[in-house]
Amino acid sequence: MGIETYLEKTPLMPALDWLVNWGRKYSIWPVTFGLACCALEMMVTHIVLDIGRFGSEAFRPSPRQSDVMIVAGTLTKKMAPMVKRIYEQMPEPKWVIAYGACACSGGYFRSYSVVQGVDQILPVDFYIPGCPPKPEALLAAWVKLQKKIETESLADRKNVRSALEIK
Amino acid sequence: MTINMGPQHPATHGVLRVVLELDGEVIVKAVPHIGHLHRGIEKLAETKTYHQSIPFTDRLDYTNAMGNNLAYVLAVEKLLGIQVPKRAQYIRVMMAELQRIAAHLIWLGTHALDIGAMTLIFYNFRERESILKIFEEVAGGRLTPTYLRFGGVSKDLPEGIGEKVKTFVQTFPDHIKEYETLLTKNIIWLKRTKGVGIISKEDAISFGVTGPTLRGSGVKYDVRKAFPYSSYEDFDFDIPIGSVGDVYDRYVVRLREMEWSNSIVEQAVERLPRGPVLANDPRITLPPKDDVLTDIASLIRQFKVVSEGFRPPVGEVYASVEASKGELGFYIVSDGSNRPFRFRIRTPSFANLSALPKMIEGGLIADVISAIGSIDIVLGEVDR
Amino acid sequence: MAEINLTVKKLKERFANSILEVETFRNEVTVIVSKAEIFEICKFLHSDPDLQYRLLTDLCGLDFFPQTPRFGVVYLLCSLKSNQRLRVKTRVGETESIPSVESIWKVANWYEREVYDLLGIRFENHPDLRRILLWDGYDGYPLRKDYPAEGPDFDKPFIPEV
Repeated sequence: MGIETYLEKTPLMPALDWLVNWGRKYSIWPVTFGLACCALEMMVTHIVLDIGRFGSEAFRPSPRQSDVMIVAGTLTKKMAPMVKRIYEQMPEPKWVIAYGACACSGGYFRSYSVVQGVDQILPVDFYIPGCPPKPEALLAAWVKLQKKIETESLADRKNVRSALEIK
Repeated sequence: MTINMGPQHPATHGVLRVVLELDGEVIVKAVPHIGHLHRGIEKLAETKTYHQSIPFTDRLDYTNAMGNNLAYVLAVEKLLGIQVPKRAQYIRVMMAELQRIAAHLIWLGTHALDIGAMTLIFYNFRERESILKIFEEVAGGRLTPTYLRFGGVSKDLPEGIGEKVKTFVQTFPDHIKEYETLLTKNIIWLKRTKGVGIISKEDAISFGVTGPTLRGSGVKYDVRKAFPYSSYEDFDFDIPIGSVGDVYDRYVVRLREMEWSNSIVEQAVERLPRGPVLANDPRITLPPKDDVLTDIASLIRQFKVVSEGFRPPVGEVYASVEASKGELGFYIVSDGSNRPFRFRIRTPSFANLSALPKMIEGGLIADVISAIGSIDIVLGEVDR
Repeated sequence: MAEINLTVKKLKERFANSILEVETFRNEVTVIVSKAEIFEICKFLHSDPDLQYRLLTDLCGLDFFPQTPRFGVVYLLCSLKSNQRLRVKTRVGETESIPSVESIWKVANWYEREVYDLLGIRFENHPDLRRILLWDGYDGYPLRKDYPAEGPDFDKPFIPEV
């Protein structure tokens, strides 16, 4: 896939990886995807607890300009096609955080219209349980996400499949 | 031209989809599509006992959790015919009014943010944090406290909470003055909200609108005064009403309501009576935890109440409260068993949202955002 | 209470054949009527100058499976003039339909769509009777007593159509 196949063989690769990951992990921009009650706690991390000090001041409404999707709230079967479409519109690299019990596994609602967990449709990187979780838990997940981004490498991306093939 | 204001939108307050047909910038027809958050609460509650359905009510209108608990608990107490002690009633009023202030703060912050005044949301959420810290100390949860039980409240107020509430009540009127200096006479705010989203008195009543949206159009209907509950008749407060029925009137009505709620909390804290906080009915209420661990009779009572619940008499009741959005009511039909036969929730946002096409047709597309913000809908309540 | 007695008295005078029963439970009055004249009863309650039940607080459906007639429809009315509430109930069979009150109270448009969506009761003269909370093409009526709470295909994996 272009330049990574050449750079992989040079000793420059770890330094380039470190630089690119340094840029990515300190400017993660989420897409606003609050569905239900957990959305209010997500707003609290933005407004009161100042997630801007981690570099994520801008919660973009458009998926084309964002890196991470925080699914906060209950996912219903009527809304599921739209979540999938927005996930596919996000450019690589992208991550998904399932915030709250309803997004992790359906939560308190075991009914005919609720999808029992976002991971039935999307690949999830972090699960944050709670109903609703305290806003500080989202900050803990943010720090862990930064550590996960540190371990990534540009060479991984050359074989990435399109999102339509994932699940 | 048809435009889709989709379910994922920063200004629709949740998952609401509005399909707009435009002629230039004027809206010819608007059709809201709801149901993206339909979780089946009415069906699920028919499979659980009455106690197990109390947490569902927190998650209906998640900005007004204490008020929703109150509506459900009042309905079941009416069905059972039990009396609630006076101290518990005053605590319930205090919590419900604090929650009303918190809900109106969220409304003001997000409404101003949609129209463009970004400063207010930071101030409002700062005030709301003090209220949520009080809830966390009293009940254990910030957003979903689930504090009320049939016959009273789950446990008594902790030590020192009176001082915290008094501090909040004394500093809050200054904060309201801050918000008023920013918005009320601001020329941009007036131009974007005066004459926008008008609904007349007759239309509002025909569309079943209740709450500040109805009072903005000039109808003096408030459930706390019309059908009083939980000792609201002991408190001294007034109902603000508007005149024209536009977005600006609803803004002023909600600001005045915040001031009156502050005054009610002050009265409740000063006149809080002593006494028990839970009615003494062994079939319905749980025993104190120390007794459960040492006494066999309390252990059996705890087991029976938690696993089987109680069997209310055959009949049907409807009880309603004045939630922050309007009249929230529970219609419960009981067939004598320990599960409800029908658990119907009458939510204010459903009826308020059905009046949205009437408010925005004929207006400009930028006014849709002001109108949706001023009706103050919460999709958890519309879809249940 | 005097106003409620006035309501019941006026209803009994005018619609003597349709009023089946009047119940009082915990200070609430319920009037059970037959389906034939439900539209005229609602129109009378709305526009009579003494009663003026202008606010339709709620409209919901009940399922009495396996009794017949299977369904019930409940109207909860409120009069702002005299501060009174009244409940009107009728029974509807499984394949029958009931007249719509959308021309009297506009909010009934959405309430009746919800009753149709969750229970399957049809309303005559409704301008736009289609599903409101569940998506078009959904099979079944969830609030009926013979429908499981988890849905019929809870075991199968869920694949959305994008």
